[in-house]
Amino acid sequence: MRIVQEFTKGLWNELPPFRLVLGLCPVLAVTTAAKNGLGMGLATTFVLICSNTLVSMMRNIIPSKVRIAAFIVIIATFVVAVELLMQAYVYSLYQQLGIFIPLIVVNCIILGRAEAFASKNSVMLSIADGLGMGLGFTASLTLLGGIRELIGTGQLFGFSVMSAHYEPFAFMVKAPGAFICLGILLAVMNYISMQSKA
Amino acid sequence: MEWALSDYFILVILAVFVNNILLAQFLGNCPFLGTSKNMDTALGMAMSVTFVMVLAGTISWMVHKFLLIPYELEYLQTLTFILVIAALVQLVEMFLQKSVPTIYRSLGIFLPLITTNCAVLGVAIINIKEDYTFLQTLIFDFSSAVGFGIALILFAGLRERFALLKIPKPFDGTAIGLVTAGLIALAFYGFKGMVG
Repeated sequence: MRIVQEFTKGLWNELPPFRLVLGLCPVLAVTTAAKNGLGMGLATTFVLICSNTLVSMMRNIIPSKVRIAAFIVIIATFVVAVELLMQAYVYSLYQQLGIFIPLIVVNCIILGRAEAFASKNSVMLSIADGLGMGLGFTASLTLLGGIRELIGTGQLFGFSVMSAHYEPFAFMVKAPGAFICLGILLAVMNYISMQSKA
Repeated sequence: MEWALSDYFILVILAVFVNNILLAQFLGNCPFLGTSKNMDTALGMAMSVTFVMVLAGTISWMVHKFLLIPYELEYLQTLTFILVIAALVQLVEMFLQKSVPTIYRSLGIFLPLITTNCAVLGVAIINIKEDYTFLQTLIFDFSSAVGFGIALILFAGLRERFALLKIPKPFDGTAIGLVTAGLIALAFYGFKGMVG
């Protein structure tokens, strides 16, 4: 039962970019299109699950004084693996995401979960936590990317979905649009939570 | 290719305004939203980032040039750089604590946070990607840090005023912060016209 709980909390109650407001840099930077958001989300999910597993396995071996450094080395190792894998199999996506692939290392969500969850819980629970958080992160990125792509270019996953008369609002795919769009989404989420609580 | 003085000047303008690391490249947004609630913390963070970014950028550049390239270990770039940054932050922290305790106290909690500031790692990677020389690296890192500081302090100044305003409930907190950041980003976007 507990596993299901740890899994589902990442999907709404502690939805990473919105609830915890962690790891915002990739959220803002790569969500110019739904596809990029999805790719970035999946790469992060992979690193998150792997690092959670390993950190949890080694939680009794790592001395608490150097734990942060140890976590970073573990995370960085998996990031390098993802980097090389993406370079080999999805090169165009790798080029699109560019500098943000190596920057998964410093995504606060991953270190945050290692420190707050995986270092204190069993392997199975940590995997569930990583999977839930990762999927929540992926869904948020894809949603934000989808909205920005739809309004900014009139396309979705690269296909035109708006009618031919639609004038793309290019502001949304530019840098300032990212902040504003995320801010509004966050407010909408807060509003929904408030309504359901009341 | 030799760089003329004007090229360096353009590099500075590009790094500070046009490609502002926070608002155009989205690096270092966690501390941007986290430490901008009042002016003092924003100043402390801006100073620490400047300090660490210049050191980390130049040292990781040297590590790349003199260690990774000769031994053909470029694929370890990410791993090495983050270790360099983590070690450096730790070192700077110990050094400041021993020799300049006043600065240490004012920076205090921000120093360890910088390890996971993606602006620092990001700048270190950009240095290598753009194939900068040592001097260019030094100038680019410093101007990026200045750009970071300017954006952070501007934002903190605006955010301090939120306390006096009536903000719609769902927008309270981070949401209004993000929208404000978007408007500052829009202003910075105007600098794009300066360097064609």
